[in-house]
Amino acid sequence: MREAVIYTEKLTKRFGDFTAVDHISFEVGAGEIFGFLGANGAGKTTAMRILCGLSRPTSGKGTVAGFDIYRQSEEIKKHIGYMSQKFSLYEDLKVWENMRLFGGIYGMSSRQIGEKTETILKELGFADERNTMVRKLPLGWKQKLAFSVSIFHEPKIVFLDEPTGGVDPVTRRQFWELIYQAANRGITVFVTTHYMDEAEYCGRISIMVDGRIEALDSPAALRQQFRAANMEDVFQQLARKAVRKVD
Amino acid sequence: MKQFAAFIQKEFFHIFRDVRTMMILLVMPVVQIILFGFAITTEVNNVRIAIFDPSKDAATRQLTERLEASRYFTIVRILDSPDTIDEIFRRGEAQLVVVFGDRFQEKLQHTGEASVQLLADATDPNQSTTLTGYASSIIGSYQQELTERQGIPYRILLETRMLYNPQIKSAYSFVPGVMGLIVMLICAMMTSIAIVREKETGTMEVLLASPMPPIYLILAKAVPYLVISIFNMGTILLLSVFVLHVPIAGSFFGLAVISILFILVALALGLMISSAVETQVAAMLVSGAGLMTPVMMLSGMIFPIESMPPLLQWFSALIPARWYIAAVRKIMIQGLDLRAVWLELSVLTAMAAALVTISLKMFKIRLNN
Amino acid sequence: MPAVQLRNISKSYGNLRALDSISFDVRRGEIFGLIGPDGAGKTTLFRILTTLLLADNGEAAVDGLDVVKDYRAIRNRIGYMPGKFSLYPDLTVEENLKFFATVFHTTVEANYDLVREIYQQIEPFRKRRAGKLSGGMKQKLALSCALIHKPSILFLDEPTTGVDPVSRKEFWGILRHLKEQGITILVSTPYMDEATRCDRIALIREGKLLQIDTPRRMTEQFTESLWGVRSNRMYPLLTDLRAYPEVKTCFTFGEFHHITVKADFAEEKLERYLQERGHREIMLRTLVPTIEDYYMQIAQTDTL
Repeated sequence: MREAVIYTEKLTKRFGDFTAVDHISFEVGAGEIFGFLGANGAGKTTAMRILCGLSRPTSGKGTVAGFDIYRQSEEIKKHIGYMSQKFSLYEDLKVWENMRLFGGIYGMSSRQIGEKTETILKELGFADERNTMVRKLPLGWKQKLAFSVSIFHEPKIVFLDEPTGGVDPVTRRQFWELIYQAANRGITVFVTTHYMDEAEYCGRISIMVDGRIEALDSPAALRQQFRAANMEDVFQQLARKAVRKVD
Repeated sequence: MKQFAAFIQKEFFHIFRDVRTMMILLVMPVVQIILFGFAITTEVNNVRIAIFDPSKDAATRQLTERLEASRYFTIVRILDSPDTIDEIFRRGEAQLVVVFGDRFQEKLQHTGEASVQLLADATDPNQSTTLTGYASSIIGSYQQELTERQGIPYRILLETRMLYNPQIKSAYSFVPGVMGLIVMLICAMMTSIAIVREKETGTMEVLLASPMPPIYLILAKAVPYLVISIFNMGTILLLSVFVLHVPIAGSFFGLAVISILFILVALALGLMISSAVETQVAAMLVSGAGLMTPVMMLSGMIFPIESMPPLLQWFSALIPARWYIAAVRKIMIQGLDLRAVWLELSVLTAMAAALVTISLKMFKIRLNN
Repeated sequence: MPAVQLRNISKSYGNLRALDSISFDVRRGEIFGLIGPDGAGKTTLFRILTTLLLADNGEAAVDGLDVVKDYRAIRNRIGYMPGKFSLYPDLTVEENLKFFATVFHTTVEANYDLVREIYQQIEPFRKRRAGKLSGGMKQKLALSCALIHKPSILFLDEPTTGVDPVSRKEFWGILRHLKEQGITILVSTPYMDEATRCDRIALIREGKLLQIDTPRRMTEQFTESLWGVRSNRMYPLLTDLRAYPEVKTCFTFGEFHHITVKADFAEEKLERYLQERGHREIMLRTLVPTIEDYYMQIAQTDTL
């Protein structure tokens, strides 16, 4: 396998008696598109927070972008990008103002920001929307823009938390083309989603049930392993085994 | 009717479950009354005064020394001309100016009479009354000493003028002000927030698509805040009577009538705001900036209307709280009955009728866009 | 009489034409899907039918009643679940349900049969505040609230957005049961896999009705020859396929890129071409088109 940009060994997080994340071990390679699946309450969000340097695990080992998740969380934050459907861009700022802001947050120079802004606007075909308020863009455009902004500082890894909820097939495809393009450049893409057809875009998929990783492989291999016609079936088979109640 | 009752019950659930907001609503009037009550100073010490003395003779010097010697006053300026008096008050350099008549001693000895004028800044009515009281008693005792020593009945004519608040409204006139403020806050601001919250949670859409008459929604939102307002009014009056010892001098019935009218006005304003804005934050800002500030600044609650520039005086006539506060002052403090506030009563009635009509018209049975 | 009838319904917001002369019927007792992207006008259409908005032009009837004149009567007969979570987060599950029952002049007990199946799943949490429920639970509670007065027509605006796959599957199972009890369901969704669960679907885009039919007949209308291609380098594969002269369209579709090809397409030739461009682990196979392929096709030919 390629160089591992995410590496965890028996990573565990407990909240009192409750084990949200239960000894998970996996590796994600550079430029890989890794799908992180699980029903509500399976522990996805907690695991992702640990990997983003926002939460300290209770036990286990882990590195992200080569930095230790216990001691170097600030370094981790500098080398990752993050996008979620809930929060991504400031609606009341213009397109270029959002770019300047996020570039600035990650410590890029004005010149770098300027050049990068031009490139992205051109690539997305958004050159005319430079001065548009983000609020006024259609949802699909916002999501493409949000993704571009999340990798504005060329991070090693980008975390996408349910990035495309509620988008139509056409926009969804355009969005995934951007993801493929980023991965092709060597950026690792770590994505959570509720949509199984989306999961099939990933190179490898892990499915979490009750805090543990119950399956981890490529979509094709998983289908074979579970004798399922599609990922939806695989997921349903696994998720039904969950003991832990969502609520 | 069952629908309506269920709706009101739900509103009370909303209020009781937001414990923090509810505590603020219930405790705020108490805190305000107590704070204002303590802010009224009845003790006077080393108050800055200025002297204008055109006579500059032995008598005025002796009087000046006695004023200076008392622990109440500190002379900060000796004025050269009476023209600067106004400026001194505006800058807050002195709170009292003592103006001696010309040829003071000469007049005193020849005619047995001389005059002193006491000018006080009455924007703080309580303190200015106390100050002029102390100053008069110092001057009075000087007059008496002089009379006893010389055996001739001297009279120092004392003229007191209260500047900026000529009627010296009672120091406790803030109680009606707080009542006006609380009603505005709870009825207008909280009602508008509560209605807009239904828009934000998306429940407005479901309710409008249900067979429930929209008027229920409005009334059900208003009832709990009406109850809280009445409760708060009770608290304020109790505190005012038993803690501040300001009795309700006039008719309690009159007070209730005018208060209910004002509550109606406030509820209608709240409803109008809720029709115009889409978010709770906007509702809060609009009612905060658009209703609270004028109530505090222009209703006569803090600054006397008589001392405002004419333009602002005219503008203040548009503010319902101004009429309410004026009426409550008349009834509660001056002890008048409903007949004495007929003007305020009719203005508020007209405002209530107009606002309720407009706000009901503005409330939509469908969505805005 | 159809459950819902629309004739030339149009609605504009300023310059934006949200709905452009939409006409269709929803038959009694069917699950009718409204499929389209964000901003297609789905929500506007729902609001017109639920009497919350007035159309600029055209006529619409729900249960035979005019949406403008008879709005009060309609409000008694429909159940509506807006796209946004629309319950009181500070009221408990039980209180929400009770409240909405009363609003609709009924009681939970009177219509419990209809909601039992759904409500039983959330009943263990009946004392919990609605704001603290998970997405799937919230959605079930919202559906219970929309059903509590036994509506004859149910309007569900993107009910499954943001809900996990297990809950979504259960949700569609519930809709099936409701249909069996004679309730007409008009549901919107941006997800194509859900479209196939509807009896009939209407595809809409930018306020225009593109197509209306059963999901099966729609896929049958897909006449192109469809292939799936994958290799070890998916992104370069995309650009290489698009550059290949015999490929008409090429879209990402999960594991495979889907391509439609011209008549003179030859499998071996494409494979050789891809190998020359450095692709390995090439897989090439013919595919049966899905509703999503069809959607992509008409969305393309209909680029506005």
